[in-house]
Amino acid sequence: MEKFIDLKSTAIPLPIEDIDTDQIIPARFLKATTRQGFGENLFRDWRYNREGQINNQFVLNNPIYHGKILVSGKNFGCGSSREHAAWALYDYGFRVVVSSFFADIFKNNALNNGLLPITVTPEKLHQIFSLIENDPNTNFSINLASQTFSQPKSGVEISFDIDPFKKMCLTKGMDTIDYLISQKESITQFEANHKIY
Amino acid sequence: MPKTLFDKIWERHIVTMIDDNQAILYIDRHFIHEVTSPQAFNGLTKRKVGLHNVKLTTATADHNVPTINQDQPIKDPLSKKQVDALNKNCADFGIELYGLGHEKQGIVHVIGPELGLTRPGMTIVCGDSHTSTHGAFGCIAFGIGTSEVEQVMASQCIIQKKPKQMLINVNGKLSKGVSSKDVILYIISKIGVAGATGHFVEYAGDTIQSLSQEARMTVCNMSIEMGARGGLIAPDEKTISYLEGKENTPKDEEWELSKAFYQELYTEENAKFDQVYNFDATDISPMITYGTNPGMGIKIDESIPENTSNSESFKKSLNYMDLQSGKEMLGMPIDYVFIGSCTNSRIEDLREVASFVKGKQKADKVKVFIVPGSQAVEKIAIAEGIDKILIDAGFEFRQAGCSACLGMNEDKIPPGKYCVSTSNRNFEGRQGPGARTLLASPLTAAAAAITGKITDIRTILNN
Repeated sequence: MEKFIDLKSTAIPLPIEDIDTDQIIPARFLKATTRQGFGENLFRDWRYNREGQINNQFVLNNPIYHGKILVSGKNFGCGSSREHAAWALYDYGFRVVVSSFFADIFKNNALNNGLLPITVTPEKLHQIFSLIENDPNTNFSINLASQTFSQPKSGVEISFDIDPFKKMCLTKGMDTIDYLISQKESITQFEANHKIY
Repeated sequence: MPKTLFDKIWERHIVTMIDDNQAILYIDRHFIHEVTSPQAFNGLTKRKVGLHNVKLTTATADHNVPTINQDQPIKDPLSKKQVDALNKNCADFGIELYGLGHEKQGIVHVIGPELGLTRPGMTIVCGDSHTSTHGAFGCIAFGIGTSEVEQVMASQCIIQKKPKQMLINVNGKLSKGVSSKDVILYIISKIGVAGATGHFVEYAGDTIQSLSQEARMTVCNMSIEMGARGGLIAPDEKTISYLEGKENTPKDEEWELSKAFYQELYTEENAKFDQVYNFDATDISPMITYGTNPGMGIKIDESIPENTSNSESFKKSLNYMDLQSGKEMLGMPIDYVFIGSCTNSRIEDLREVASFVKGKQKADKVKVFIVPGSQAVEKIAIAEGIDKILIDAGFEFRQAGCSACLGMNEDKIPPGKYCVSTSNRNFEGRQGPGARTLLASPLTAAAAAITGKITDIRTILNN
């Protein structure tokens, strides 16, 4: 996993609730056997119409909006466990997703791929949407060490929660699989005394 | 302190704690399939490691497989590549595979229980959110992402934080025509699609106890649709008699020991839950969804609710479905019926549908396909003559796979068409771009197949 690097970026607003992973990456694009290239089909059926033409109404196709932060309505990433959703967002260029609520599996998948999910209160989320609406060039700063999401000009300074272990993994770009492999001795010991009925 | 069923299982699987929150949790059974495993295998190859305990992993091909002519090569080159990759990876890493054409092949959440691989007290994971299905046996079973699939392959463990716990009690007698699918659609409509996020749910109460082992799987299957990590039900005599004699169920002395262990798997009196809900089974009717998430469900004889909070998402959803607030669902013409998926494709589902459909004909313009959850289910259906009843009624009787639940294979619903589906998700495009899904029970789906419109099964059964 790549280390998470603190960033300053504009944000793309997607004020829709309950965005499920089928929207983020439809099932028919899950047939690849590698992790790369899913960004091309991120939000495929919202970005393109059924004839394959670009849907200009969709925010990712609106040149006014750009940046590495996606701001979305509550319960982002619900539905399927497909990690391809996190891969697609990362591959497209997002490094942070902000919402008032994340689905559990998506959140884990994001954190395992260097994509930072930031949970804010519904009021703060509303405020962030307004700031972007007023000025799409508004820059937000994210600092993982201090766990802050801020926009100094407008006085926005939000502290967010993150599990300490997940924070350490993101900060160091630590690979949890290597970590588990390093724990083999205790795992083998556990197995010796564990019975599966 | 009194323990919940969940606590008991969780605690006996903690290898060690990383810190106050994160546990290294041992996994007793890992199921894999072709879609969410290839990248994990690539990772193992890159690290030059194998599976830590290969005997605890079982593979099948289900998401991508065609449901007709399974004896012929897969036509879609990308699907073929993924299924071939699973075959190769399982051969290279020494994993037991029930691949396409194998007599034990089927939807991963259908074959686990029928092979006795899913048993009470286990921890079970799979790169699929409907892994919660296995919780019906009293296990901690949940869906994981591919990085976690790789964690489990490499170490037989996963790093997890203990979730919060929710208790959902359902008591009372279900009316005729109301099934376990209606129970869970009702619960989701009350709690909402995010209502159980962060929680593991235990279902209890006399209604849940009265359900068959297979019907309980339908309930646990959809736990994820209210955001829960998983759902579980304490095992009982039904669970034990379901498992007895299954291929992988312990035998003889081991079976006696196992049964004694299973009997300890219950929530102790006064155990603490973070949230508790109580529902009255007599308030549950056949359910149908009208929107684009499983929480948007109503009793079949109700009208589509008003958008009281003026939500953009609600508007978007009804716009996609081309439905309006205030509209009645009953009598609405439909185009497709899909009976299948890990929610409702087991033999009891097929028997229920066949017993209703016997001697009837599907409506002319409706296309109906019924997809058994496994080769074993298909075999029983054929032995019992269920296939013939369905074919005589004009249904297509297909071969095992996930099929039109998510349309990764050719089984898609065309844009704009309405499909009454026994699957678990009515998301935009889930059954194919532009497809409009109406989730319901197998009986409600069968009634729609016969009448060609949304029908209250009770009016037919009571006549």
